[in-house]
Amino acid sequence: MLTCKQASKLISQSLDRPLHWSERMQLKLHLLICGPCERFKQQLKLLRTSLQRIRSGIENDQSIQLPLDVKTRIVQSIKSGQQ
Amino acid sequence: MTSNVNDWLNEHGDYLYRFALARLRDPHQAEDAVQETMLAAIKANNYQGGSSARTWLTGILKHKIIDSQRKQIREQPLSDVIDLDTSESSMDDFFDQKGHWLDKPQTLNMPDSELEQKQFLAVLDECMSKLPKKLRAIFMLRDVHEADNENICKELDITATNAWVMLYRARMGLRKCLELHWI
Repeated sequence: MLTCKQASKLISQSLDRPLHWSERMQLKLHLLICGPCERFKQQLKLLRTSLQRIRSGIENDQSIQLPLDVKTRIVQSIKSGQQ
Repeated sequence: MTSNVNDWLNEHGDYLYRFALARLRDPHQAEDAVQETMLAAIKANNYQGGSSARTWLTGILKHKIIDSQRKQIREQPLSDVIDLDTSESSMDDFFDQKGHWLDKPQTLNMPDSELEQKQFLAVLDECMSKLPKKLRAIFMLRDVHEADNENICKELDITATNAWVMLYRARMGLRKCLELHWI
């Protein structure tokens, strides 16, 4: 039987590598009887989905613009680099 | 040449900036990434006109973003690196000797409205800033930039096992911090 420490490590690793079938079985069994580890799994899921949602939120937010002075600065730096 | 840059900046500058900001989470770093993208684009001068200029520039920007993260990781002092290689004892804050949770994980609420998402992001940024820098960077690479593991290991010159341990620690720390500050 997995401990919570082992289970949580596997839950995290399942985001980074395919688990071996025996690991998957052990984890499944553990999660059936362990509420805290199931909540841990949900927490990591929430962390990932909310990061993705927030990221696309910023990407599509038309009110965020590259400041004009930065644009000027970039053009200037390229000009001076070419001289 | 500079007229190219002018056109690119006018047409795609805002988009590229948002793209960088969404990933780097720091306006200055995002500005620098856009600047470096323009420099690289001028130098490369290999835009074929096939795919859109935006796609081409975004491809360059992606590399620049990952580059800047990698640089940050490499610039870490050694003490920070040493702090990271102990895997088992580092989890003592979270588990007792038998491997039971010291504090059982709580349910976190998904941020729904725009306002909630903003608040969540503020809390998350705060929580990320509390992580050791190297952990923060690897977490960003994997979970924010969605770099694949193989690349992360190659770029940071660490083993896969090392990467998993670091990601585990980063996520563990973040979820705990969110529990405390995100309600």
